[in-house]
Amino acid sequence: MSNVSWIRRRRAGARFWGKFRTRTAGMAGLVILVLAVGLALIAPLFIDSSVTNVVSGTSEKMAPPSLDDPLGTDESGRSVLEMVWWGSRTSLLIGFLAALLSMVIGTVLGIAAGHFRGWLGAIILRITDWFLVLPSLVTALVLAAILGGSTATIIVAIGVTSWPSTARLIRAQTLAVEARPYIERSLALGAGHWHITTRHVLPNVAPLLLASTTLEVASAIVTESTLAFLGVSANKTSWGTMLRGSYDWGAATAGAWWYILVPGLCIVIVVLAFTLCGRALETVLNPRLRTRAA
Amino acid sequence: MSLLEVDDLSVTYRIAAGDVPAVRGVSLSLDAGEALGLAGESGSGKSSVAMALLRLLPRSARLDGRVLLDGEDVLAMKWGRLRAVRWSAASIVFQGAQHGLNPVQRIGDQIAEPLLVHRLASGAQASARVRELLEQVGLPTWRARSYPHELSGGQRQRVMIAMALACSPRLIIADEPTTALDLMVQAQVLTLIRRLIAEHDISLLMISHDLSVLADVCDRLAVMYAGRLVEAGPSSGEFRHPYSQALAAAFPTVGDPASRLAPRGLAGDPPDPQQLPGGCAFHPRCPVALESCSSTPVDLRPAGERRTAACVLVGEDRARGN
Amino acid sequence: MLEATEVAVEFASRGRRARAVDGVNLSIGAGEIVALVGESGCGKTTLARTLLGLERPTSGQVSYDGTPLSYTGRRLRAFRRQVQLVLQDPMGSLNPRQTVYEAVAEGPRIHGLPDEEEVVASALSRAGLRPPERFFLRYPHELSGGQRQRVVIAGALALSPKLLIADEPVASLDASVRGEILALLLRLRDELGLAALVVTHDLGLAWNIADRVAVMYLGRIVESGSTEEVLTNPQHPYTQALLSVLPESPQRIVLSGEPPDPTRIPTGCRFHPRCQLVAAGKGADACHTTPLPVLPPTTTGSEVACHLAQVPTPR
Repeated sequence: MSNVSWIRRRRAGARFWGKFRTRTAGMAGLVILVLAVGLALIAPLFIDSSVTNVVSGTSEKMAPPSLDDPLGTDESGRSVLEMVWWGSRTSLLIGFLAALLSMVIGTVLGIAAGHFRGWLGAIILRITDWFLVLPSLVTALVLAAILGGSTATIIVAIGVTSWPSTARLIRAQTLAVEARPYIERSLALGAGHWHITTRHVLPNVAPLLLASTTLEVASAIVTESTLAFLGVSANKTSWGTMLRGSYDWGAATAGAWWYILVPGLCIVIVVLAFTLCGRALETVLNPRLRTRAA
Repeated sequence: MSLLEVDDLSVTYRIAAGDVPAVRGVSLSLDAGEALGLAGESGSGKSSVAMALLRLLPRSARLDGRVLLDGEDVLAMKWGRLRAVRWSAASIVFQGAQHGLNPVQRIGDQIAEPLLVHRLASGAQASARVRELLEQVGLPTWRARSYPHELSGGQRQRVMIAMALACSPRLIIADEPTTALDLMVQAQVLTLIRRLIAEHDISLLMISHDLSVLADVCDRLAVMYAGRLVEAGPSSGEFRHPYSQALAAAFPTVGDPASRLAPRGLAGDPPDPQQLPGGCAFHPRCPVALESCSSTPVDLRPAGERRTAACVLVGEDRARGN
Repeated sequence: MLEATEVAVEFASRGRRARAVDGVNLSIGAGEIVALVGESGCGKTTLARTLLGLERPTSGQVSYDGTPLSYTGRRLRAFRRQVQLVLQDPMGSLNPRQTVYEAVAEGPRIHGLPDEEEVVASALSRAGLRPPERFFLRYPHELSGGQRQRVVIAGALALSPKLLIADEPVASLDASVRGEILALLLRLRDELGLAALVVTHDLGLAWNIADRVAVMYLGRIVESGSTEEVLTNPQHPYTQALLSVLPESPQRIVLSGEPPDPTRIPTGCRFHPRCQLVAAGKGADACHTTPLPVLPPTTTGSEVACHLAQVPTPR
């Protein structure tokens, strides 16, 4: 059996890749992402966390880009290039894990709300709505403040405030899938809740989920930066904390444009890359946008 | 002169994957007051023929041949003239009465629309005409104020027929008018259509996959397969083409011992218009195919009184009929 | 084998109770093909779903091999292996993301049957898709309508059921393909002894394949008996009218209007407001006032629920 399913998966993968490859913007986004993630992963081979140490700054303070420090230095004489490189590890980690957390919560609750039509579904739906109307940034701020600043806290704070829209999306899709006659057929074959949700509903919402996760990572990175900028951070250098530092130290008035611009641009480029990828995934995977061969 | 004359009509859809020949050289004629039934399965091109008659096809479709309505070539008409011809000279009753009606507009307004659009009536005249039409199709006149969702499937189909009658056309094209309706409601609608074409001397081109429904209403029947006519003749006679015979057998006569516990169908499926078999397109499924059928195409030939069929097994020694 | 006893199913419909199925006795014997005939909205699909255990009857019971159906997980699952479903729309009944192999293997996987690939291959070839390996990796949209319906049937066969409940199995198929699918049902009955309940509005289909016919009107079976008897010598005015509107019938009785909705079942005989005999003044008082008893399940004779029909002689 595994043999037959295996061939199918490989074929489906090849077909998906063939289609994705034709999307120029999506491919551009993917290349940038692979670069960014790759750089973040190999960073420890070249530098370590000491580049973010205040006392280890040896260069001139707030120096403009030069040969020694290609992207200038900050208020303690640390290299902005090295900081941004090291900081990408925190930013991307928080982005990925927070998005993952939010997706898992959103998917489980969304499918449950769509699948169980009775009181259980109604309760989940009410909870979702309640979270949906909470101002998520403020909630995340409060949560992070209460739980104390660590990377895990930030991830949890972002994750538990951003899932409701995913849950809504997944619930709508679940309802649509469960109205199809093949669910009825599956029930008649003897399928239970677990089978229906994992074999029929989940594969049908998965493409949507993948696309939406990609977009969610982008938004989590922005949220992390925003939280850091507003003063809630894990005391680790990230792009957000760098922006916060540039603000605290009056980089703008000092004319130190490199200090503001570099982390800002990093955020913009990575978020843009995720968005491009997500949009391309959406078009390739969404059956409604896809033209099906007759 | 015949009211409708279709001469060598072809419809080709141009899609990304190449050309799809949906209709390949169909010729038909319909006299005033006559009812012609066009039968075929999905993909046979029967609906494309119907749409081509009023040029209601999407832009991707290329039309060839001639369609003469009252001696005027529909395919060569200017846009303005075509608009006048639609509804007033010929109108269409679509299949699927749910989608043919605007859900947020009252029935009466929808029936009156073509009258007002073509400036055939003033507001008061139009509402009088709407009441008259509703009575003709057997609906109470207060239904003019109803919305489509308040009607049953059969009633909606009656409204569609009233809309088609609004401008007193001389030809009505009915595309699967009773599909998806229940047996009894189907009988009601067919009775209505039969009565209306007799009373108003309207010509009817009715399209269906169900030969028995067509035979019920129409004087003549034409059968399409893979974009071509395979047989045409009076509805009372016996079919000569093996495909028409199979299609007729698909809807058995209750009480006929021959079909009891013996459902009959054809092996295989209707062909993909993009990959038509060579020779006679029907030969891969034909129960009586000869060797030559796979290589030699067959045109319609005489097959009895007022009947033509495109099969080598009929009228073998006679001259070509078409 | 499968038997419904006094089954009624109610739904809440705009604040009122709709009795979609209003007391039905029906039994299907081993290796028997029964056609359940009626117009849309008569409750035939609800009855079929109830027989499958997908709907719980409000009152009455469904029993299989003499044992009442239990709605707890494990017992229901065992029942599911015996009775399988074939739906009208084969495109919709197949998950577009699953290959033919996965669609057919779904049942065996749920029930944890061994030798999955073998089971799937033999089910596919039984359903007339040969050689089965050629179809394993195809997707539903690459198949024709007839092939899709064969895949659905193969999916049911993979569990080696004793009974197939087919809801309008050929209504959405091309005319020339219908016969082949119906012939397949007959062949499965001959080869495997597979019984079938075919739910349809098509009397020709019933004539084609059914041993027995039950005619349903507004939640009740109004006439049942052998196909020959019911379709060539109908006793109930409703059956007579249905048969009379078939194109080849000489004299038509076209009933006016449409069946009332099941929230408002007429008093007395439920058919009397549309009955052609009552309209012609041949009705009796009982037609308006006295409800008719629920017909017993028959396996041999025929039964009619009509005040005016003569009591049929049991054969």
